[in-house]
Amino acid sequence: MTFSRRQVLAISGGAIAFAGLPAVPAFASLAEDAISEFTGGTAPGAGDLSISAPEIAENGNSVPIEFDAPGAVAVAIFADGNPTPKVGAFTFGPLSGSRFASTRIRLATTQNVIAIAQMEDGSFQRAEANVKVTIGGCGG
Amino acid sequence: MISRRDFLQVGMAASAMLGASGFGNWARLAAQQSLTQDDLFQFETFGNVSLIHVTDIHAQLKPIYFREPSVNIGVGSNKGAVPHLTGGNFRKLYGIADGGPSHYALSSGDFAALAKGYGRVGGLDRIATAINAIRADRPDAILLDGGDTWHGSYTCYHTQGQDMVNVMNALKPDAMTFHWEFTLGSERVNEIVEGLPFAALGQNIFDAEWDEPAELFPPYKFFERGGSKIAVIGQAFPYMPIANPGWMFPEFSFGIRDENMQAMVDEVRAAGADCVVVLSHNGFDVDKKMASVVSGIDVILSGHTHDALPEPVVVGQTIVVASGSNGKFVSRVDLDVRDGRMMGYRHKLIPIFSDVIAPDPEVAAVIEAERAPHEVAMREVIGQTDGTLYRRGNFNGSWDDLICDALLSEREAEIALSPGVRWGPSLIPGQDITREDIWNVTSMTYGEAYRTEMTGETLMAVLEDVADNIFNPDPYYQQGGDMVRTGGLSYRIDINQPQGARISDLTLLRTGEKVDPSKSYSVAGWASVNEGTEGPQIWDVVEAHIRKLGTVSVSENNNVDIVGA
Repeated sequence: MTFSRRQVLAISGGAIAFAGLPAVPAFASLAEDAISEFTGGTAPGAGDLSISAPEIAENGNSVPIEFDAPGAVAVAIFADGNPTPKVGAFTFGPLSGSRFASTRIRLATTQNVIAIAQMEDGSFQRAEANVKVTIGGCGG
Repeated sequence: MISRRDFLQVGMAASAMLGASGFGNWARLAAQQSLTQDDLFQFETFGNVSLIHVTDIHAQLKPIYFREPSVNIGVGSNKGAVPHLTGGNFRKLYGIADGGPSHYALSSGDFAALAKGYGRVGGLDRIATAINAIRADRPDAILLDGGDTWHGSYTCYHTQGQDMVNVMNALKPDAMTFHWEFTLGSERVNEIVEGLPFAALGQNIFDAEWDEPAELFPPYKFFERGGSKIAVIGQAFPYMPIANPGWMFPEFSFGIRDENMQAMVDEVRAAGADCVVVLSHNGFDVDKKMASVVSGIDVILSGHTHDALPEPVVVGQTIVVASGSNGKFVSRVDLDVRDGRMMGYRHKLIPIFSDVIAPDPEVAAVIEAERAPHEVAMREVIGQTDGTLYRRGNFNGSWDDLICDALLSEREAEIALSPGVRWGPSLIPGQDITREDIWNVTSMTYGEAYRTEMTGETLMAVLEDVADNIFNPDPYYQQGGDMVRTGGLSYRIDINQPQGARISDLTLLRTGEKVDPSKSYSVAGWASVNEGTEGPQIWDVVEAHIRKLGTVSVSENNNVDIVGA
């Protein structure tokens, strides 16, 4: 996977690690399992974490998403309708000026894109956005 | 101290009063055959700023007939709310008399009879006269075009939109936003926009590669009017690459981007805007939701869904104005902008009755010059119709029934699919069908009529997908068209079910048998968003079919059983 310079800049001091390519059919419980693995079973709450994504994907193969996670040390992204739900994780050090990143992900079908942030105090936050992947056509 | 809300209510009262006096009188005046241009334009100039809104003209240079829908179902919080009231329910809500000119202009019912009495509507030369009358009252009125201007006719297709550019330039707009324009292809759009003598706005038009604002389309423009600073922010159609062929304009990305809209509103406010106007091609329900999500917008001039409302809808502190389509209406919105905010408004939706409003001679000459090289081809009579041919309606219209019949017959298919677009004028019983009339309901840059095999399962998925684009209860997931029209099929739809559970009883009319998910069927359609679609152009298919028929007979279509409306 290649990143353009602009995208790398947008990651703002964070390090990135991506999961492998999708291989098997997906279920939402797979996503919850992957989330539990990231949180060690801690239930995430709400907070300042936000995720934004288009309501309807213009191209399911390349859906722009971004998150803003003030105070996070790590943020993992999950796509609950993909065969391999964990999309990637971003870690932020004390020198990260902002805890923000944007990238593009592939979505197999209409689903939720979920961000889980691990905070400096060890707690977790959750935010999600529903992205519709449609056949298209027939605009008025 | 009177709050801003009170002023808005006063504005609404004034608007309603104008509606009442104007609309109420027209019935009587028309009965006396004395409905005049002055009656239509009558307006007590208000405040210090005037906006003029036209939208969704779809290249209709000349007066046409246009039948409003009988079926326009609202879902979720918009169930039973305007613009999802039709016919008698619409007239009852606004106190419009049955059989009067407002009935004819704004609602369905008795269309053919009223059309014979009141005549054609629209025509850009008449619109020019309306604009000139408003400018006589307020010389610096801001003229805003909501888009879907450079698409939809024989001449527009053959000049790649140049006819519309030339005629609109004669009207001297101040800004514009976009939708179907992009189906001319990005190269042509760039070429035209670079030469436009007015602002081409779109806060949601982004560069697809970098996902940053496209340089050619600034998000907003400031206008100094009546001692106030008015910011006009553009909002292009959000779902262009989904609803239309994205491969024709791959450099651009769109989306609602309401967070960026909020950022733009905040930016113009910080830069001293006393009043924020959004020139939108979102569609009415999307605009209502955006008005509730984004704070600080005073006026949304709404386009895309082709609704015409005699009063603005108030959402919080924002008024949402719907100005119809196909050149049928011009909206005038006068604003009182003082002390850094909008204190009140007065509004009028002006119906362009072409037999009442005199054409502006200069613009009429520009229109004739654009049409002259094509007149002979356009005027050729292909057939006649014995009923009303119209398009608007959530599930079908007689024009689309005819197009589906043409596809079934000319392409020898079991099933026909026709896109649920909302543009295209109507014809009344006894009219000739000319080549121009056929192009008015079919013209586009991707009109190839394909023929393919589809399994019952795929067909079902297509219907479910399109249904969710219309009936998803969240307006942000609605693309603003109507249901794909089907020929050779009947089905049942439960509006209130989620995607995947709305459609049932899919039946092949030819055999009366239920459609088998695993069986393959021959399907003909047009307007595919896929690159490389092959087939004859749809207007040629329809022309060949009408030639064989001679006279088109319109019959009622009961092939869609609607539940939950």
